[in-house]
Amino acid sequence: MNLVFRGKRIEGLLAVLPANERLFIDEMDQFDFPRARSLKLKEVMGYDRHRIVDGPVCVSDLAVAGFEHLFAQGVLDRDGFDALILVTQSPDYFMPATSSVIQGRLGLKQDMFCMDINQGCAGFLIGLYQAFMLLEQPAIRRVALINADVMSRKVSMHDRNSYPLIGDAASITLVGRDDNDTLIHANLKMDGSRSDALKIPAGGWREPSSAETRTPHADAEGNLRARDNLVMDGSAVFNFVQTEVPPMIESLLATAGADAAAVDTYLFHQPNRFMLQKLADKMQVPYTKMPSNVVEHFGNSSGVTIPLAIALNLRERVLRETLTAVLGGFGVGLTWSSMLLPLGPMAFCDMINYPGVS
Amino acid sequence: MKSILDILTDIRPEFDFSTSQDYLADGMLDSFDMLALVSDLDREFGIRIEGTEILPENFCNLQAIRNLLSKHGVAA
Repeated sequence: MNLVFRGKRIEGLLAVLPANERLFIDEMDQFDFPRARSLKLKEVMGYDRHRIVDGPVCVSDLAVAGFEHLFAQGVLDRDGFDALILVTQSPDYFMPATSSVIQGRLGLKQDMFCMDINQGCAGFLIGLYQAFMLLEQPAIRRVALINADVMSRKVSMHDRNSYPLIGDAASITLVGRDDNDTLIHANLKMDGSRSDALKIPAGGWREPSSAETRTPHADAEGNLRARDNLVMDGSAVFNFVQTEVPPMIESLLATAGADAAAVDTYLFHQPNRFMLQKLADKMQVPYTKMPSNVVEHFGNSSGVTIPLAIALNLRERVLRETLTAVLGGFGVGLTWSSMLLPLGPMAFCDMINYPGVS
Repeated sequence: MKSILDILTDIRPEFDFSTSQDYLADGMLDSFDMLALVSDLDREFGIRIEGTEILPENFCNLQAIRNLLSKHGVAA
């Protein structure tokens, strides 16, 4: 479906990264594969290092640290927003909603719309759509969108398919109204018939966690994982992305009447460098316009990779100018979505470490 | 220039790729090896295999890989 929004903008964003950094080269022996094959994987996929939480750190911990940083920096008031959206696949609890936990921990006002959304790699776009819709309400002047995941806690450290690329992180994106009344075009598709491609099979109500679901088993490729762990059908996901994303972007630009040459940057979710470069090749987008360096620095942090890519690659530009950006998210669900929007100038665009400020 | 067999052997030196008719079914290549193979073929022959072409049927044996390369103007 095609979506259109008017008069909304991203006012600023902050990424929060666990300070704990692990190097792929130090983790290779965790996998039941020869070092030479793991090194080849490192070269092709762009694995180098990733940030993962150290110990039982939860999504609300990363988010609260981010907000307290913004309050302390004076770029956001504690009463400066009216809705709190959290997009995560790793909530603190089944209930209550983690957005409510964050509201409580921050001591925010009661005139607050708190909402959790279960989404992953398309979660930045899904969260923005919800923020844009909430901003249609006169009582909601600004929305704080949190994307956060600590998926390393659900990935087997002996799973070469997933562990090297996983990253934990949070981002806080302030979304508000734009006096310029600019149009934002977007599109979105979902296909639940392929929902098994990315899944944590056990631990919910369908298959509660048990001694059996916590016991690791080897798959055909030698990866050890339990049913309580994330399992990804890498080939299916790869083919899904390569098949669905290029026509989605083409459709977005056609619907918006936009010229691809006028797009300053393509900010896509970053599962790995290889996948993004194949997309760029297909779409004939120069690699310089499509950053693919988030995974090598930080790992794949689901819905956080797009805001992280902005903070890592475009900070100086989005602080002072307006870029024509195409955002693209794709992943769990399956879900795929894209958006054409003006990006910047922002009031702030930063990255901090948790714990401690970088 | 390396041959396809050289490239395959670089990735999995423990196997003889000249005889198998299905590298994936015979456990000689897994999904990540296939990506490594694409990366090496791209670099060695100066081509860009498309993401939608990265399917098991295009890499299951030597002839399938030759057929794919020929679509990109490479006789190997």
